[in-house]
Amino acid sequence: MMPDIGHYALILALVVAVLQGVLPLAGLPKNNEKLFAFATPMARVQSLLVILSFIILDYAFYANDFTVYYVATTSNSNLPLMFRLAAIWGGHEGSMLFWVSILAVWTLAVTFFAKELPLRFRSSLLAVMGLISVGFILFILFTSNPFERIFPAPFDGRDLNPLLQDPGMVFHPPLLYMGYVGFSVAFAFAIAALLDGRLDVTWARWTRPWTTAAWVFLTLGIALGSRWAYYELGWGGWWFWDAVENASFMPWLIGTALIHSLAVTEKRNAFKAWTVLLSICAFSLSLLGTFLVRSGVLTSVHAFATDPSRGLFILLFLVIVIGGALTLFALRAPSVGLGEKFDLVSRESLLLTNNVVLFTATGAVLLGTLYPLLIDAMNMGKISVGPPYFDTVFVAIMVPGIFLMGIGPIANWKKASVPDMASKLKWALGISVISALIVPSIMGRLSPMIFVGLLMAFWVMSSVFTSMKLRLDAIPSGTLTQKLKTFGRAYNGMLLAHFGLAIFIVGVTMVKGYEREHDITMQNGETKVINGYNFKFEGILPIRGPNYIAKQGQFYVSKEGKQVALLTPEKRLYPVQGAVMTEASISINPVRDIYISLGEELEEGGWSIRVYFKPFVQWIWLGCVLMGLGGILTMTDKRYRIKKVLNEQSITA
Amino acid sequence: MKSRHKRIAIIVAGIALLAIAATLLLQSFQSNLVFFFSPTEVAEGKSPQQGNFRIGGLVEAGSIKRNGTEVHFTVTDTIKTMDVVYTGILPDLFKEGKGVVAQGKQGPNGVFIADQVLAKHDENYMPPEAADALEKAQQYKATAGEVK
Repeated sequence: MMPDIGHYALILALVVAVLQGVLPLAGLPKNNEKLFAFATPMARVQSLLVILSFIILDYAFYANDFTVYYVATTSNSNLPLMFRLAAIWGGHEGSMLFWVSILAVWTLAVTFFAKELPLRFRSSLLAVMGLISVGFILFILFTSNPFERIFPAPFDGRDLNPLLQDPGMVFHPPLLYMGYVGFSVAFAFAIAALLDGRLDVTWARWTRPWTTAAWVFLTLGIALGSRWAYYELGWGGWWFWDAVENASFMPWLIGTALIHSLAVTEKRNAFKAWTVLLSICAFSLSLLGTFLVRSGVLTSVHAFATDPSRGLFILLFLVIVIGGALTLFALRAPSVGLGEKFDLVSRESLLLTNNVVLFTATGAVLLGTLYPLLIDAMNMGKISVGPPYFDTVFVAIMVPGIFLMGIGPIANWKKASVPDMASKLKWALGISVISALIVPSIMGRLSPMIFVGLLMAFWVMSSVFTSMKLRLDAIPSGTLTQKLKTFGRAYNGMLLAHFGLAIFIVGVTMVKGYEREHDITMQNGETKVINGYNFKFEGILPIRGPNYIAKQGQFYVSKEGKQVALLTPEKRLYPVQGAVMTEASISINPVRDIYISLGEELEEGGWSIRVYFKPFVQWIWLGCVLMGLGGILTMTDKRYRIKKVLNEQSITA
Repeated sequence: MKSRHKRIAIIVAGIALLAIAATLLLQSFQSNLVFFFSPTEVAEGKSPQQGNFRIGGLVEAGSIKRNGTEVHFTVTDTIKTMDVVYTGILPDLFKEGKGVVAQGKQGPNGVFIADQVLAKHDENYMPPEAADALEKAQQYKATAGEVK
């Protein structure tokens, strides 16, 4: 009974979404305020209906209602409650419903927090979001209905993939989806602006906090996913350039370009058409990413041939959204105008370079991700693009960008002088070069890549401090705290995010440059010295989990007679799916992780074991968290809370 | 006039830079493409003698031999087989009779030296390349049958 109500709620939501999408747009030509007035209530009703159907489906997971086919395939009555509730986004159908539900959350947020927008603009904004919702609900109802029933109901469910049974599964997808779908708001802002012909500083000011919010979610979502892969996949990697990861990374890159380009549009009324184009691209890549990950196309492009309706619908939807948006852009962009002029050396051109760099990097990732699919789809054989391609190309593209990133915050708008900036940054450069040589000498090995990585990290850090110092000096009087208060949060947030990126680069460089991997075999009771640490293997304990049984290794790690950690890697067996899982055990501290996972039990006795030493690996995620916090700080800047900001003199970015 | 020359120079320099970047990018792309071959194709000499490539199929039953962390096994597409050696820890779902994909180089005396072994975390899931190899072998057998 309950699942049927969920299904009906979704059908009803479709009807309301159509009204939400069509009525306000119909009012546009004659500026019909009566039709505009429909937008907000329709949007709220639609969102609540979608969320209701989501809750009902999740209740089916809670109640172990295996008459629902989707529940029966992705859950099991022995699955712990936390994972049962999260299993809703463990498969294709549920993730699609989850996607629209997140869209509903964003729609509700717009109806409540974007009250300062003029009625006409807000109505077209909500209409665009309504139309996106229509597309997704249609897709769910016709090709991927999660409420489908199965009779007779199976006695128990087929269980969630053991790989997904982890707290990461509870938090990673919601954050990631909030990010993906959040770009739909930026997209809707762009489309509404094109429809309205209104694209100015005010528009950029409205859009910025929403775009930054989506970007923050995406940043944290990707970081969490990376950390999850690090400890769960058992092989110590944190980024694999896997198509699934790239699918989330591409919108992030374009989103990063977008928040920088929006800064120029808001401050200087420039880059207008470009900003709109980036908004369209960011959301298009989000859509592409959702479908790449969720449609099964990655497992095999020929999966589409076995279920053509799904594939056709996806392609059609992508064509309509991207094609429609780009056509509208082509028609309206000339009237938008390019905006204010600026000199070759200016903050504008530095930010433009930033955008070109990020755009190129996205292109390179897109090529490496889609090319193998394309070749496969045309039956030209199976190929894969190796991670070295992504590593080399990405680093080569990003290094000049990061160098300029150190200069950007110091450059003046409109016209900057090279000798002036050089004299401001000479200390920063000197300190970075020296630090980039000192650190490797402590670690005991220097390579060109290590030097470049550390140089970039220290360069960004020291330039952050230089920009702060320059600003403090520019304020004639007051104590340090008084001076700091005059900085806007947007400015501080920018510096914090840049600093976070520097921390991230430190982590990546140190791990890439100094990680150690040891594959060894150990007998019960044996002690081995690896990398200066004593590892004592105290044997295997049998463990029983809620829905698995495991063999747990006991490793006492000590250094110079002092106990460092007891590491307990596991080999788990999940009987429902008959799946074996390696569960790594990690000793974490700020400067190194010791990571151990169990291989196989050997015929001659003992176990094969893999031990990693990962210096500074936690800095990778710490850096991402700082970037996210920087974004949050920027969003809460007071100029976004005031209805009309008359004070144009602030120079924050 | 002068500023116009300057602008043209900047544009030309920009285009040149982009062209160089694009060339380097595509070069790196091409050199990192890893092609897949079934054991039959390898036996027919289609695979590269130098450089990385991937092979795939089923792990032949009874073929896994361990020697410390060194593992020997045989990959088959039901027509031809190929001996593989790998040093390190294998993924959880690496089992005899199951699908596998290995990436590495052609070693001396026909042994494939793998530096990566892929077997995904799902009991029913077959790596797409492995499935492809088996399918090709099926077709090959079918056409071979017709010739007779």
